[in-house]
Amino acid sequence: MNDKILYGYTGIFDTPDEIINAAEKVSDAGYKKYDINTPYPVHGMDGAMKLPPSKLGYAALVFGLTGTFAALAIMYFMSVLDYPIVIGGKPFFAFPAFVPIMFEVTVLSASIATVVTMIAFFFKFPNISHPLHGTNYMKKVSSDKYGVCLQSEDEKFTEDGAKELLASLNAKDITPIYFPDEVHEKQTVFEPKFISLLLFVAIITSGGTYFALNKLMFMLPFNWMMYQEKTVPQESSTIFADGFGMRPPVEGTISRGNMPYQFKDQPELAAMLLKNPLVPDEQTLATGKEKYDIYCSPCHGYFGEGDSRLRGQYPNPPSLHSEKSRTSSDGSIYHVISAGQNIMPSYSTQLTRQERWATVLYVRALQRSFNAKESDLE
Amino acid sequence: MSAVESNFEYVKKDLPASWNKLGLLLTGIGLLLVVVAFFVDHTRAAFNNLIMLMFLSSIGVGALFIIALEYLAGAVWSTPYRRIMEFLAATLLILPLVALPVYMNLHDLFHWTHEEAVQGDYILEAKTPYLNIPFFTIRVAAFFAVWIIFFFLLIRNSKKQDESKDQSLTTKNIRLSAIFMPFFAITLTFASIDWMMSLEPHWFSTIFGVYYFSGTVLAALAAGTYAIIVLNEKGYFQFKLVKDHFYSLGALMFAFINFWAYIAFSQFMLIWYANLPEETFWYLNKWEGSWMFVSIGLIFVHFVIPYFGLLSQPSKMNPKNLKFMSLWILFAHFYDLYWLIMPTYSADGIAFGWMELAFPIAGLGLLILIFSMRAKNQNLLPIGDPKLKRGLNFRL
Ligand code: HEC
Repeated sequence: MNDKILYGYTGIFDTPDEIINAAEKVSDAGYKKYDINTPYPVHGMDGAMKLPPSKLGYAALVFGLTGTFAALAIMYFMSVLDYPIVIGGKPFFAFPAFVPIMFEVTVLSASIATVVTMIAFFFKFPNISHPLHGTNYMKKVSSDKYGVCLQSEDEKFTEDGAKELLASLNAKDITPIYFPDEVHEKQTVFEPKFISLLLFVAIITSGGTYFALNKLMFMLPFNWMMYQEKTVPQESSTIFADGFGMRPPVEGTISRGNMPYQFKDQPELAAMLLKNPLVPDEQTLATGKEKYDIYCSPCHGYFGEGDSRLRGQYPNPPSLHSEKSRTSSDGSIYHVISAGQNIMPSYSTQLTRQERWATVLYVRALQRSFNAKESDLE
Repeated sequence: MSAVESNFEYVKKDLPASWNKLGLLLTGIGLLLVVVAFFVDHTRAAFNNLIMLMFLSSIGVGALFIIALEYLAGAVWSTPYRRIMEFLAATLLILPLVALPVYMNLHDLFHWTHEEAVQGDYILEAKTPYLNIPFFTIRVAAFFAVWIIFFFLLIRNSKKQDESKDQSLTTKNIRLSAIFMPFFAITLTFASIDWMMSLEPHWFSTIFGVYYFSGTVLAALAAGTYAIIVLNEKGYFQFKLVKDHFYSLGALMFAFINFWAYIAFSQFMLIWYANLPEETFWYLNKWEGSWMFVSIGLIFVHFVIPYFGLLSQPSKMNPKNLKFMSLWILFAHFYDLYWLIMPTYSADGIAFGWMELAFPIAGLGLLILIFSMRAKNQNLLPIGDPKLKRGLNFRL
């Protein structure tokens, strides 16, 4: 027996009051390396053992804040920088909508990090053994007794001193605890038994999850939610003759606020009858310039000279400063925008009527700028 | 650490007469101003009165809730100062009186009481089966009745125990508390709907009752914590409370600060996200003119400042800090109620004058007066309570 290495001395108490008293006495005696084992957290123990406040909180703080800002950064990157989509009319940086996610990620990372820190630093991962494991002492203090264990590592520790101290506290079952025989090859987490248990758990959980999500969901009655007596978009239908589930609008339907262009194939009538309702002021010209630069300039060039930026991939249009263009009425330019002309497509879906007229005014302004009269300079 | 023996001799110490005097003085000045206020501008006075009614209800019902919670949870740490909560809960007794001026000016406060306004308003017409004066009166009377009845039942057993030391009274109170809880939840929810949500009768929020509840408990806790610390400093509890007690009070306040923020944010975010005009206008009203600053201020006053003020462990154990924070939280609760109620009175900007000060002065005076009157002929410690000794010896 005596060639074993001593880990410490243990003593057992019957009531929480006794163990508090014992903890106070042991810490008063100057012991640093000792531990109290109780079946549940006993109120007042930290004070009795004179433990400093735990440092674990700092890990929680640091990792929690990391989680907060990581969540914010990820969402900012995704929904503001990388792939901005308008959702529900909200701004891309929809802070209130981010808050719950930031909150959850904070809680998640703080709690996981706390457990991991505890295992890594306090439990000295990957070590899983402890001399107290499997002892009679541990069996008692994990059911209904309260124990104290003085460790031999402590500077003040002597075998007799420890025994005496425990005896003076009226501890029962004062027993020495030794390190297990095979001290040198410490048990670690990487034991075949433990690893195979982990593997087993992993297979069961992932298999179960796979089954639940990929098979169970498609079985009666769990699939009721999925197959409902209704037609969803893009689905075929047996009710309608054409077999389409989605119905086109009734013929002649006009979308709200959009009157169709009434001079579709009648450029002459349009040129004659249509009058520009807008006056050329700063605002309409600004709108006109904006729309022209977006929709017209790729083909007609920024100044309407027909200098397309499409590098010959599309026939260059004629200059808008030609005699014909300059002398044509506002209505006829409006007609070209609304109905298109030969290979120029119609822009009626991109531009509202107001915007089309504004564009016409801007074209007029461009034309005037190329053929300014003497009086314009004044 | 000196453990408290179970058979100690309790010597009652009377509260200083100055408390009573202070209470009388504040109540006197306050009530005088309140009467003047009602003559000067009875609409504005009625709104202020409503704020004070809700504030005092918070402390009264909140304290009763905390008492019931202690019994139900079998909490030990709060037993030594349960009496303080009992004194505060006595505020319930004067609530009907505080409510009277409000009730007499219902027309000034509630749009739905105007028949001509309800007619032709589809939403209000649909709500008339609930929002009508007779039913409103019945409900309000029922709330007060429930609160006051449970107050008397719970307090009576607690007082009796001082003499008889009968442990079965604790069991009785546990049962009573269990019955009280659902009543509490329902009455408080509907009280908040009736007194405050119906100020904007077109608006609705299903979380409103919980929102008021969070503030209620906070206010009662803060008032209690302040009283407990002051009394402890002056040695009225006979035994010194220690940092473990303070920590528990502080932690509970901190928890409810967060709970309030959670609920307030939930209400805001859902309405902001759904963006339905029938809900958003309530927040938009609180963004009108200078109300915007009050709204932004609420986040700081009611959450950010108390959050950091109570975040660290030492800050919860420091009685000085707790004293300050509990006063701060009481102010925050008043601020919250002002923010909830006043925009209905002055839609385009904050209204703050002598009237807004008169009512809190009267309210504060009444609180102190009730507290010192209750404390006069009762023990400050529940000396018959079987949990008292454990409570005094409570350690974290
Ligand atoms: C895809 C290239 C393209 C774009 C974009 C485009 N155009 Fe044209 N446009 C043409 C072509 C090509 C013609 C000549 C059509 C033809 O053969 O009659 C033309 C003709 C015209 C004419 C008639 C010129 C004439 O002398 O008959 C006008 C006016 C005109 N475009 C205005 C516009 C305006 C205003 C816009 C912007 C809303 C626009 N175009 C956008 C290609 C384009």
